[in-house]
Amino acid sequence: MTVALFAVFATVLVASSLMVVLHRHPVTCALFLVLAFCSLAALYLVLQAQFVALVQILVYAGAIMVLFLFVLMYLNLKRDLEEGLHHQVRRVIGWGMGGLLLVEGVLLFRPEWAVGPLGRETPQAVHAAGNTEMVGRLLYSRYLFPFELTSLVLLVAMVGAVVIGKGRRRRGDEEAA
Amino acid sequence: MGALARLLQQPDARFVLLALLKIVAILFGLLTVVSYLIYLERKIAGHIQARPGPNRVGPLGLLQPAADVLKLFFKEEFVPAEANKVVFHIAPMLAVIPALISFSVVPMGPAITVTDVNVGLLVFLSMSSLGVYAITLGGWSSNNKYALLGGLRSSAQMVSYELAMGMSTIGPLLLAGSLSLVGIVNAQRAIPFVVHQPLAFLIFMITALAETNRAPFDLPEAESELVAGFHTEYSSMKWGFFFLGEYANIIVISAIAVTLFLGGWSGPWLPESLGFVWFFAKLGVLLFVFMWVRWTFPRFRYDQLMAFGWKVLLPLALANILATSALLFFIPAPGWRQAWAMFAGSAALFALAVALSPRLVPSRVDLLARREAA
Repeated sequence: MTVALFAVFATVLVASSLMVVLHRHPVTCALFLVLAFCSLAALYLVLQAQFVALVQILVYAGAIMVLFLFVLMYLNLKRDLEEGLHHQVRRVIGWGMGGLLLVEGVLLFRPEWAVGPLGRETPQAVHAAGNTEMVGRLLYSRYLFPFELTSLVLLVAMVGAVVIGKGRRRRGDEEAA
Repeated sequence: MGALARLLQQPDARFVLLALLKIVAILFGLLTVVSYLIYLERKIAGHIQARPGPNRVGPLGLLQPAADVLKLFFKEEFVPAEANKVVFHIAPMLAVIPALISFSVVPMGPAITVTDVNVGLLVFLSMSSLGVYAITLGGWSSNNKYALLGGLRSSAQMVSYELAMGMSTIGPLLLAGSLSLVGIVNAQRAIPFVVHQPLAFLIFMITALAETNRAPFDLPEAESELVAGFHTEYSSMKWGFFFLGEYANIIVISAIAVTLFLGGWSGPWLPESLGFVWFFAKLGVLLFVFMWVRWTFPRFRYDQLMAFGWKVLLPLALANILATSALLFFIPAPGWRQAWAMFAGSAALFALAVALSPRLVPSRVDLLARREAA
Protein backbone atom coordinates (compact mmCIF):
# COMPACT_ATOMS: atom_id res chain seq x y z
CA MET A 1 0.00 0.00 0.00
CA THR A 2 2.87 2.36 0.85
CA VAL A 3 4.41 1.88 -2.58
CA ALA A 4 1.08 2.53 -4.30
CA LEU A 5 0.54 5.73 -2.29
CA PHE A 6 4.09 6.83 -3.07
CA ALA A 7 3.55 6.25 -6.79
CA VAL A 8 0.29 8.23 -6.82
CA PHE A 9 1.65 11.24 -4.93
CA ALA A 10 4.96 11.21 -6.79
CA THR A 11 3.08 11.30 -10.12
CA VAL A 12 0.91 14.19 -8.93
CA LEU A 13 4.01 16.01 -7.67
CA VAL A 14 5.90 15.68 -10.95
CA ALA A 15 2.88 16.53 -13.09
CA SER A 16 1.91 19.60 -11.07
CA SER A 17 5.53 20.80 -10.90
CA LEU A 18 5.70 20.61 -14.69
CA MET A 19 2.43 22.53 -14.95
CA VAL A 20 3.88 25.28 -12.72
CA VAL A 21 6.56 25.88 -15.36
CA LEU A 22 4.54 25.18 -18.50
CA HIS A 23 1.18 26.84 -17.85
CA ARG A 24 0.83 30.39 -19.11
CA HIS A 25 -1.62 31.80 -16.60
CA PRO A 26 0.21 33.06 -13.46
CA VAL A 27 -2.62 32.31 -11.01
CA THR A 28 -3.04 28.77 -12.38
CA CYS A 29 0.74 28.26 -12.02
CA ALA A 30 0.53 29.36 -8.39
CA LEU A 31 -2.34 26.94 -7.75
CA PHE A 32 -0.39 24.06 -9.27
CA LEU A 33 2.51 25.00 -6.99
CA VAL A 34 0.13 24.66 -4.02
CA LEU A 35 -0.86 21.21 -5.30
CA ALA A 36 2.83 20.32 -5.64
CA PHE A 37 3.48 21.37 -2.04
CA CYS A 38 0.53 19.32 -0.81
CA SER A 39 1.64 16.18 -2.65
CA LEU A 40 5.17 16.70 -1.32
CA ALA A 41 3.67 16.81 2.17
CA ALA A 42 1.83 13.56 1.42
CA LEU A 43 5.18 11.99 0.40
CA TYR A 44 6.66 13.05 3.74
CA LEU A 45 3.67 11.41 5.44
CA VAL A 46 4.34 8.17 3.55
CA LEU A 47 7.90 8.38 4.91
CA GLN A 48 6.50 8.67 8.48
CA ALA A 49 7.72 12.27 8.86
CA GLN A 50 4.46 13.75 10.16
CA PHE A 51 5.91 16.93 11.61
CA VAL A 52 7.76 17.94 8.46
CA ALA A 53 4.70 17.08 6.35
CA LEU A 54 2.32 19.31 8.27
CA VAL A 55 4.80 22.15 8.62
CA GLN A 56 5.26 21.94 4.85
CA ILE A 57 1.52 22.55 4.38
CA LEU A 58 1.31 25.15 7.16
CA VAL A 59 4.26 27.26 6.02
CA TYR A 60 4.46 26.83 2.24
CA ALA A 61 0.90 26.09 1.13
CA GLY A 62 -0.86 27.98 3.93
CA ALA A 63 1.27 31.10 4.34
CA ILE A 64 3.80 31.73 1.58
CA MET A 65 1.62 30.77 -1.38
CA VAL A 66 -1.30 32.78 0.00
CA LEU A 67 0.91 35.87 -0.07
CA PHE A 68 2.10 34.98 -3.59
CA LEU A 69 -1.49 34.62 -4.75
CA PHE A 70 -2.37 37.88 -3.01
CA VAL A 71 0.27 39.74 -5.03
CA LEU A 72 -0.67 38.00 -8.30
CA MET A 73 -4.31 38.91 -7.86
CA TYR A 74 -3.46 42.43 -6.83
CA LEU A 75 -1.48 42.95 -10.00
CA ASN A 76 -4.22 41.11 -11.94
CA LEU A 77 -1.76 39.63 -14.43
CA LYS A 78 -3.20 38.28 -17.64
CA ARG A 79 -1.90 35.38 -19.68
CA ASP A 80 1.77 35.47 -20.53
CA LEU A 81 1.66 36.87 -24.08
CA GLU A 82 5.34 37.34 -24.76
CA GLU A 83 6.31 36.24 -28.29
CA GLY A 84 9.15 36.74 -30.74
CA LEU A 85 12.63 35.43 -31.46
CA HIS A 86 14.07 36.38 -28.06
CA HIS A 87 11.37 34.38 -26.32
CA GLN A 88 11.90 31.37 -28.61
CA VAL A 89 15.65 31.33 -27.92
CA ARG A 90 15.02 31.48 -24.19
CA ARG A 91 12.56 28.63 -24.42
CA VAL A 92 15.02 26.40 -26.30
CA ILE A 93 17.78 27.16 -23.78
CA GLY A 94 15.39 26.39 -20.92
CA TRP A 95 14.41 22.99 -22.33
CA GLY A 96 18.10 22.21 -23.02
CA MET A 97 19.17 23.05 -19.48
CA GLY A 98 16.25 21.07 -18.03
CA GLY A 99 17.14 18.01 -20.11
CA LEU A 100 20.79 18.31 -19.09
CA LEU A 101 19.82 18.42 -15.40
CA LEU A 102 17.57 15.38 -15.83
CA VAL A 103 20.35 13.35 -17.48
CA GLU A 104 22.78 14.44 -14.79
CA GLY A 105 20.38 13.41 -12.03
CA VAL A 106 19.78 9.99 -13.57
CA LEU A 107 23.53 9.38 -13.94
CA LEU A 108 24.21 10.49 -10.36
CA PHE A 109 21.52 8.43 -8.71
CA ARG A 110 21.77 5.25 -10.81
CA PRO A 111 24.24 3.40 -8.52
CA GLU A 112 21.84 3.61 -5.54
CA TRP A 113 18.55 4.12 -7.31
CA ALA A 114 16.11 2.98 -4.63
CA VAL A 115 17.31 3.82 -1.13
CA GLY A 116 19.82 6.42 0.03
CA PRO A 117 22.28 5.86 2.88
CA LEU A 118 20.66 5.34 6.27
CA GLY A 119 20.83 8.36 8.58
CA ARG A 120 22.20 8.26 12.11
CA GLU A 121 18.67 8.17 13.56
CA THR A 122 17.13 4.74 13.07
CA PRO A 123 13.37 4.50 12.48
CA GLN A 124 13.03 2.64 15.80
CA ALA A 125 14.71 5.46 17.74
CA VAL A 126 12.54 8.09 16.03
CA HIS A 127 9.41 6.11 16.80
CA ALA A 128 10.37 5.67 20.46
CA ALA A 129 11.15 9.35 21.08
CA GLY A 130 8.34 10.69 18.90
CA ASN A 131 8.77 12.38 15.54
CA THR A 132 8.32 15.98 16.70
CA GLU A 133 10.53 15.51 19.76
CA MET A 134 13.31 14.07 17.59
CA VAL A 135 13.18 16.98 15.11
CA GLY A 136 13.23 19.47 18.00
CA ARG A 137 16.14 17.79 19.73
CA LEU A 138 18.21 17.67 16.54
CA LEU A 139 17.44 21.30 15.69
CA TYR A 140 18.66 22.44 19.09
CA SER A 141 21.73 20.20 19.25
CA ARG A 142 23.48 19.07 16.09
CA TYR A 143 21.93 21.69 13.79
CA LEU A 144 21.85 24.56 16.29
CA PHE A 145 24.25 26.79 14.36
CA PRO A 146 22.51 26.61 10.95
CA PHE A 147 19.16 26.96 12.73
CA GLU A 148 20.19 30.16 14.52
CA LEU A 149 21.86 31.45 11.35
CA THR A 150 18.57 30.99 9.44
CA SER A 151 16.66 32.93 12.06
CA LEU A 152 19.21 35.75 11.79
CA VAL A 153 18.83 35.84 8.00
CA LEU A 154 15.05 36.04 8.37
CA LEU A 155 15.37 38.83 10.95
CA VAL A 156 17.61 40.84 8.60
CA ALA A 157 15.11 40.35 5.76
CA MET A 158 12.27 41.50 8.02
CA VAL A 159 14.15 44.61 9.15
CA GLY A 160 14.95 45.34 5.51
CA ALA A 161 11.29 45.08 4.52
CA VAL A 162 10.26 47.42 7.34
CA VAL A 163 12.93 49.96 6.40
CA ILE A 164 11.91 49.95 2.74
CA GLY A 165 8.21 50.28 3.63
CA LYS A 166 8.82 53.10 6.11
CA GLY A 167 11.16 55.05 3.82
CA ARG A 168 8.68 55.14 0.96
CA ARG A 169 5.84 56.34 3.14
CA ARG A 170 7.90 59.20 4.63
CA ARG A 171 8.80 60.49 1.17
CA GLY A 172 5.12 60.33 0.23
CA ASP A 173 4.18 62.40 3.28
CA GLU A 174 6.69 65.08 2.37
CA GLU A 175 5.31 65.32 -1.15
CA ALA A 176 1.80 65.70 0.24
CA ALA A 177 2.96 68.45 2.60
CA MET B 1 -18.94 -13.46 0.83
CA GLY B 2 -15.89 -15.68 1.43
CA ALA B 3 -13.65 -13.26 -0.44
CA LEU B 4 -14.89 -10.38 1.72
CA ALA B 5 -14.20 -12.35 4.92
CA ARG B 6 -10.69 -13.14 3.68
CA LEU B 7 -10.14 -9.47 2.85
CA LEU B 8 -11.19 -8.49 6.36
CA GLN B 9 -8.55 -10.81 7.83
CA GLN B 10 -5.86 -8.46 6.55
CA PRO B 11 -4.95 -5.73 9.06
CA ASP B 12 -4.54 -3.11 6.29
CA ALA B 13 -8.03 -3.74 4.93
CA ARG B 14 -9.60 -3.78 8.38
CA PHE B 15 -7.91 -0.49 9.25
CA VAL B 16 -9.18 1.17 6.07
CA LEU B 17 -12.73 -0.15 6.58
CA LEU B 18 -12.88 0.99 10.22
CA ALA B 19 -11.53 4.43 9.31
CA LEU B 20 -14.08 4.74 6.49
CA LEU B 21 -16.95 3.83 8.82
CA LYS B 22 -15.82 6.43 11.38
CA ILE B 23 -15.43 9.05 8.67
CA VAL B 24 -18.93 8.41 7.31
CA ALA B 25 -20.47 8.55 10.80
CA ILE B 26 -18.75 11.83 11.65
CA LEU B 27 -19.51 13.32 8.25
CA PHE B 28 -23.25 12.68 8.58
CA GLY B 29 -23.24 13.84 12.18
CA LEU B 30 -21.44 17.02 11.25
CA LEU B 31 -23.77 17.80 8.32
CA THR B 32 -26.84 17.37 10.52
CA VAL B 33 -25.35 19.54 13.24
CA VAL B 34 -24.48 22.21 10.66
CA SER B 35 -28.02 22.41 9.32
CA TYR B 36 -29.46 22.75 12.81
CA LEU B 37 -26.74 25.23 13.74
CA ILE B 38 -28.12 27.51 11.03
CA TYR B 39 -31.61 27.08 12.49
CA LEU B 40 -30.21 27.88 15.94
CA GLU B 41 -28.40 30.93 14.61
CA ARG B 42 -31.64 32.28 13.14
CA LYS B 43 -33.57 31.55 16.34
CA ILE B 44 -30.93 33.26 18.49
CA ALA B 45 -30.77 36.21 16.11
CA GLY B 46 -34.54 36.45 16.35
CA HIS B 47 -34.44 36.36 20.13
CA ILE B 48 -31.73 39.05 20.33
CA GLN B 49 -33.63 41.28 17.92
CA ALA B 50 -36.99 40.66 19.69
CA ARG B 51 -38.67 38.73 16.86
CA PRO B 52 -39.74 35.06 16.61
CA GLY B 53 -37.27 33.76 13.99
CA PRO B 54 -38.21 30.81 11.71
CA ASN B 55 -41.51 29.32 12.99
CA ARG B 56 -43.54 28.25 9.91
CA VAL B 57 -42.06 24.97 8.64
CA GLY B 58 -42.93 22.22 11.11
CA PRO B 59 -43.40 22.63 14.86
CA LEU B 60 -41.34 25.61 16.11
CA GLY B 61 -39.88 25.82 12.60
CA LEU B 62 -37.82 22.69 13.23
CA LEU B 63 -38.10 21.51 9.60
CA GLN B 64 -36.72 24.80 8.30
CA PRO B 65 -33.19 23.37 7.64
CA ALA B 66 -34.63 20.63 5.41
CA ALA B 67 -36.66 23.18 3.48
CA ASP B 68 -33.59 25.42 3.10
CA VAL B 69 -31.44 22.62 1.72
CA LEU B 70 -34.15 21.58 -0.76
CA LYS B 71 -34.48 25.17 -1.91
CA LEU B 72 -30.73 25.44 -2.41
CA PHE B 73 -30.67 22.30 -4.55
CA PHE B 74 -33.43 23.53 -6.86
CA LYS B 75 -32.09 27.04 -7.38
CA GLU B 76 -30.52 28.03 -10.69
CA GLU B 77 -26.79 27.41 -11.02
CA PHE B 78 -25.27 30.57 -12.39
CA VAL B 79 -21.71 30.95 -13.65
CA PRO B 80 -20.80 34.52 -14.59
CA ALA B 81 -19.42 35.22 -18.08
CA GLU B 82 -15.64 35.54 -18.21
CA ALA B 83 -15.31 33.78 -14.87
CA ASN B 84 -12.44 31.36 -14.51
CA LYS B 85 -14.70 28.27 -14.73
CA VAL B 86 -12.43 25.64 -13.18
CA VAL B 87 -11.36 27.73 -10.21
CA PHE B 88 -14.94 28.94 -9.78
CA HIS B 89 -16.02 25.31 -9.27
CA ILE B 90 -13.07 24.31 -7.08
CA ALA B 91 -13.38 27.18 -4.58
CA PRO B 92 -16.59 26.01 -2.80
CA MET B 93 -15.12 22.52 -2.38
CA LEU B 94 -12.00 24.03 -0.83
CA ALA B 95 -14.27 25.77 1.69
CA VAL B 96 -15.63 22.48 3.03
CA ILE B 97 -12.84 19.90 2.71
CA PRO B 98 -10.22 21.40 5.10
CA ALA B 99 -12.82 21.78 7.86
CA LEU B 100 -13.88 18.14 7.47
CA ILE B 101 -10.26 16.95 7.47
CA SER B 102 -9.42 18.76 10.69
CA PHE B 103 -12.46 17.19 12.35
CA SER B 104 -10.74 13.81 12.00
CA VAL B 105 -8.28 14.62 14.81
CA VAL B 106 -10.77 16.08 17.31
CA PRO B 107 -11.14 13.74 20.32
CA MET B 108 -14.81 13.72 21.31
CA GLY B 109 -14.49 11.13 24.06
CA PRO B 110 -11.83 8.83 25.51
CA ALA B 111 -12.13 6.48 22.55
CA ILE B 112 -14.26 8.56 20.16
CA THR B 113 -11.90 9.99 17.59
CA VAL B 114 -11.20 9.08 13.98
CA THR B 115 -7.45 9.09 14.51
CA ASP B 116 -5.08 10.26 17.22
CA VAL B 117 -2.03 11.36 15.24
CA ASN B 118 0.90 12.66 17.27
CA VAL B 119 0.74 16.02 15.46
CA GLY B 120 -3.02 16.56 15.80
CA LEU B 121 -2.81 20.25 16.59
CA LEU B 122 -0.67 20.86 13.51
CA VAL B 123 -3.30 19.15 11.36
CA PHE B 124 -5.85 21.67 12.62
CA LEU B 125 -3.53 24.66 12.13
CA SER B 126 -2.46 23.66 8.62
CA MET B 127 -6.02 22.91 7.51
CA SER B 128 -7.30 26.23 8.85
CA SER B 129 -4.48 27.94 6.95
CA LEU B 130 -5.69 26.25 3.74
CA GLY B 131 -9.20 27.62 4.33
CA VAL B 132 -8.09 30.99 3.00
CA TYR B 133 -7.87 29.62 -0.54
CA ALA B 134 -11.61 29.02 -0.80
CA ILE B 135 -12.48 32.65 -0.16
CA THR B 136 -9.56 34.15 -2.06
CA LEU B 137 -10.10 32.00 -5.14
CA GLY B 138 -13.88 32.32 -5.00
CA GLY B 139 -13.51 36.09 -4.98
CA TRP B 140 -10.92 36.16 -7.75
CA SER B 141 -12.53 33.69 -10.16
CA SER B 142 -15.94 35.43 -10.08
CA ASN B 143 -14.59 38.26 -12.26
CA ASN B 144 -16.41 40.78 -10.11
CA LYS B 145 -14.88 43.82 -8.41
CA TYR B 146 -16.77 43.42 -5.13
CA ALA B 147 -15.96 39.72 -4.94
CA LEU B 148 -12.27 40.41 -5.64
CA LEU B 149 -12.14 43.06 -2.92
CA GLY B 150 -13.80 40.66 -0.49
CA GLY B 151 -11.31 37.91 -1.38
CA LEU B 152 -8.30 40.21 -0.95
CA ARG B 153 -9.58 41.50 2.36
CA SER B 154 -10.09 37.98 3.58
CA SER B 155 -6.63 36.75 2.63
CA ALA B 156 -5.03 39.71 4.42
CA GLN B 157 -7.23 39.22 7.47
CA MET B 158 -6.84 35.46 7.76
CA VAL B 159 -3.06 35.50 7.27
CA SER B 160 -2.72 38.18 9.96
CA TYR B 161 -4.93 36.49 12.54
CA GLU B 162 -3.59 33.00 11.87
CA LEU B 163 -0.26 34.07 13.39
CA ALA B 164 -1.83 35.18 16.67
CA MET B 165 -3.96 32.02 16.72
CA GLY B 166 -0.95 29.73 16.27
CA MET B 167 0.96 31.63 18.96
CA SER B 168 -1.94 31.41 21.42
CA THR B 169 -1.97 27.58 21.14
CA ILE B 170 1.67 27.38 22.26
CA GLY B 171 0.79 28.06 25.93
CA PRO B 172 -1.31 24.87 26.31
CA LEU B 173 1.28 23.00 24.20
CA LEU B 174 4.06 23.95 26.63
CA LEU B 175 1.93 22.80 29.56
CA ALA B 176 0.93 19.49 27.97
CA GLY B 177 4.25 18.77 26.30
CA SER B 178 2.49 17.07 23.39
CA LEU B 179 1.06 17.94 19.98
CA SER B 180 -1.44 15.10 20.15
CA LEU B 181 -4.92 16.34 21.04
CA VAL B 182 -5.62 13.23 23.14
CA GLY B 183 -2.39 13.92 25.04
CA ILE B 184 -3.46 17.53 25.60
CA VAL B 185 -6.82 16.44 27.02
CA ASN B 186 -5.13 13.87 29.27
CA ALA B 187 -2.88 16.61 30.68
CA GLN B 188 -5.99 18.57 31.77
CA ARG B 189 -7.58 15.87 33.96
CA ALA B 190 -7.07 17.82 37.19
CA ILE B 191 -7.20 21.47 36.05
CA PRO B 192 -8.33 22.68 32.61
CA PHE B 193 -5.79 24.94 30.91
CA VAL B 194 -8.18 27.89 30.85
CA VAL B 195 -7.13 28.46 34.48
CA HIS B 196 -3.46 28.59 33.49
CA GLN B 197 -4.02 30.41 30.21
CA PRO B 198 -7.07 32.72 30.36
CA LEU B 199 -5.31 35.23 28.10
CA ALA B 200 -4.40 32.63 25.48
CA PHE B 201 -8.03 31.41 25.55
CA LEU B 202 -9.28 34.96 24.95
CA ILE B 203 -6.83 35.47 22.07
CA PHE B 204 -7.78 32.10 20.59
CA MET B 205 -11.50 32.92 20.68
CA ILE B 206 -11.00 36.38 19.13
CA THR B 207 -8.82 34.99 16.34
CA ALA B 208 -11.33 32.17 15.87
CA LEU B 209 -14.00 34.77 15.09
CA ALA B 210 -11.63 36.38 12.59
CA GLU B 211 -10.63 33.06 10.98
CA THR B 212 -14.25 32.07 10.42
CA ASN B 213 -15.06 35.55 9.04
CA ARG B 214 -17.85 36.09 11.54
CA ALA B 215 -18.99 39.45 12.84
CA PRO B 216 -17.37 41.60 14.16
CA PHE B 217 -14.66 40.40 11.74
CA ASP B 218 -16.91 39.82 8.70
CA LEU B 219 -15.18 42.37 6.49
CA PRO B 220 -14.74 39.94 3.56
CA GLU B 221 -18.52 39.93 3.12
CA ALA B 222 -19.44 43.33 4.56
CA GLU B 223 -22.90 43.78 3.02
CA SER B 224 -23.00 47.54 3.28
CA GLU B 225 -19.70 47.95 1.41
CA LEU B 226 -19.20 44.90 -0.81
CA VAL B 227 -22.72 43.58 -1.69
CA ALA B 228 -21.90 40.09 -0.36
CA GLY B 229 -18.13 40.06 -0.75
CA PHE B 230 -16.41 36.96 -2.10
CA HIS B 231 -19.60 34.98 -2.71
CA THR B 232 -21.52 37.70 -4.57
CA GLU B 233 -21.62 35.66 -7.80
CA TYR B 234 -22.33 32.27 -6.23
CA SER B 235 -25.76 30.70 -6.23
CA SER B 236 -27.50 27.41 -5.54
CA MET B 237 -25.54 24.62 -3.85
CA LYS B 238 -22.16 26.23 -4.58
CA TRP B 239 -23.22 29.10 -2.35
CA GLY B 240 -24.51 26.45 0.06
CA PHE B 241 -21.03 24.93 0.20
CA PHE B 242 -19.53 28.23 1.35
CA PHE B 243 -22.20 28.37 4.04
CA LEU B 244 -21.54 24.75 5.01
CA GLY B 245 -17.80 25.44 5.16
CA GLU B 246 -18.30 28.47 7.40
CA TYR B 247 -20.41 26.55 9.91
CA ALA B 248 -18.21 23.43 9.79
CA ASN B 249 -15.25 25.72 10.54
CA ILE B 250 -17.08 27.22 13.51
CA ILE B 251 -17.72 23.74 14.91
CA VAL B 252 -14.11 22.65 14.36
CA ILE B 253 -12.60 25.76 15.93
CA SER B 254 -14.94 25.53 18.93
CA ALA B 255 -14.07 21.85 19.32
CA ILE B 256 -10.35 22.69 19.26
CA ALA B 257 -10.93 25.46 21.83
CA VAL B 258 -12.73 22.95 24.07
CA THR B 259 -9.86 20.49 23.64
CA LEU B 260 -7.03 22.97 24.22
CA PHE B 261 -8.45 25.09 27.02
CA LEU B 262 -11.59 23.60 28.58
CA GLY B 263 -10.38 20.07 29.24
CA GLY B 264 -12.07 18.26 26.32
CA TRP B 265 -14.09 15.29 27.50
CA SER B 266 -12.88 15.42 31.11
CA GLY B 267 -15.22 16.76 33.79
CA PRO B 268 -16.57 15.96 37.24
CA TRP B 269 -19.48 13.62 38.25
CA LEU B 270 -19.71 11.58 35.05
CA PRO B 271 -17.75 8.33 34.50
CA GLU B 272 -14.98 8.36 31.89
CA SER B 273 -17.06 6.45 29.33
CA LEU B 274 -19.69 9.23 29.30
CA GLY B 275 -17.00 11.88 28.68
CA PHE B 276 -18.54 12.80 25.33
CA VAL B 277 -21.46 14.42 27.24
CA TRP B 278 -19.05 16.93 28.76
CA PHE B 279 -17.39 17.49 25.39
CA PHE B 280 -20.66 18.28 23.64
CA ALA B 281 -21.92 20.42 26.55
CA LYS B 282 -18.79 22.59 26.40
CA LEU B 283 -18.96 22.69 22.61
CA GLY B 284 -22.58 23.87 22.78
CA VAL B 285 -21.67 26.74 25.11
CA LEU B 286 -18.89 27.93 22.79
CA LEU B 287 -21.15 27.68 19.72
CA PHE B 288 -23.70 29.83 21.50
CA VAL B 289 -20.96 32.39 22.29
CA PHE B 290 -20.13 32.56 18.56
CA MET B 291 -23.74 33.44 17.69
CA TRP B 292 -24.18 35.74 20.66
CA VAL B 293 -21.11 37.77 19.61
CA ARG B 294 -22.26 37.97 16.00
CA TRP B 295 -25.61 39.54 16.85
CA THR B 296 -24.22 41.85 19.54
CA PHE B 297 -21.14 43.65 18.22
CA PRO B 298 -20.85 46.01 15.24
CA ARG B 299 -18.21 45.41 12.54
CA PHE B 300 -14.61 46.62 12.86
CA ARG B 301 -13.19 49.23 10.53
CA TYR B 302 -10.51 47.78 8.26
CA ASP B 303 -7.52 49.71 9.68
CA GLN B 304 -8.68 48.87 13.21
CA LEU B 305 -8.82 45.20 12.29
CA MET B 306 -5.24 45.18 11.00
CA ALA B 307 -3.88 47.30 13.86
CA PHE B 308 -5.64 45.12 16.43
CA GLY B 309 -4.27 41.90 14.94
CA TRP B 310 -0.67 42.99 14.44
CA LYS B 311 -0.12 45.51 17.24
CA VAL B 312 -2.22 44.04 20.06
CA LEU B 313 -3.00 40.33 19.62
CA LEU B 314 0.32 39.14 18.16
CA PRO B 315 2.63 40.87 20.71
CA LEU B 316 0.28 39.80 23.50
CA ALA B 317 0.41 36.17 22.36
CA LEU B 318 4.22 36.34 22.16
CA ALA B 319 4.45 37.88 25.65
CA ASN B 320 2.17 35.10 26.89
CA ILE B 321 4.55 32.46 25.51
CA LEU B 322 7.46 34.16 27.27
CA ALA B 323 5.59 34.43 30.60
CA THR B 324 4.36 30.82 30.40
CA SER B 325 7.82 29.43 29.64
CA ALA B 326 9.38 31.46 32.47
CA LEU B 327 6.77 30.32 35.00
CA LEU B 328 7.05 26.75 33.78
CA PHE B 329 10.80 26.94 34.39
CA PHE B 330 10.40 28.16 37.98
CA ILE B 331 7.35 26.03 38.93
CA PRO B 332 7.72 22.84 36.85
CA ALA B 333 5.36 20.69 38.97
CA PRO B 334 1.77 20.73 37.64
CA GLY B 335 -0.86 21.69 40.22
CA TRP B 336 -2.85 24.58 41.61
CA ARG B 337 0.28 26.57 42.59
CA GLN B 338 1.45 26.56 38.97
CA ALA B 339 -2.07 27.30 37.73
CA TRP B 340 -2.58 30.37 39.94
CA ALA B 341 0.91 31.72 39.19
CA MET B 342 0.16 31.54 35.46
CA PHE B 343 -3.29 33.03 35.98
CA ALA B 344 -1.69 36.00 37.73
CA GLY B 345 0.83 36.37 34.90
CA SER B 346 -1.97 36.36 32.30
CA ALA B 347 -3.97 38.90 34.29
CA ALA B 348 -0.96 41.24 34.46
CA LEU B 349 -0.41 40.98 30.70
CA PHE B 350 -4.11 41.59 30.06
CA ALA B 351 -4.05 44.75 32.22
CA LEU B 352 -1.00 45.98 30.29
CA ALA B 353 -2.75 45.33 26.97
CA VAL B 354 -5.90 47.18 28.08
CA ALA B 355 -3.77 50.14 29.16
CA LEU B 356 -1.78 50.29 25.90
CA SER B 357 -4.27 49.30 23.21
CA PRO B 358 -6.08 52.68 22.86
CA ARG B 359 -2.76 54.12 21.64
CA LEU B 360 -2.19 51.29 19.19
CA VAL B 361 -5.68 50.99 17.70
CA PRO B 362 -6.88 54.53 16.96
CA SER B 363 -10.58 55.28 17.28
CA ARG B 364 -12.49 57.50 14.86
CA VAL B 365 -12.21 60.46 17.28
CA ASP B 366 -8.43 60.04 17.43
CA LEU B 367 -8.15 59.90 13.64
CA LEU B 368 -10.23 63.07 13.18
CA ALA B 369 -8.16 64.89 15.82
CA ARG B 370 -4.95 63.82 14.09
CA ARG B 371 -6.24 65.00 10.72
CA GLU B 372 -7.17 68.38 12.12
CA ALA B 373 -3.78 68.80 13.75
CA ALA B 374 -2.02 68.02 10.45
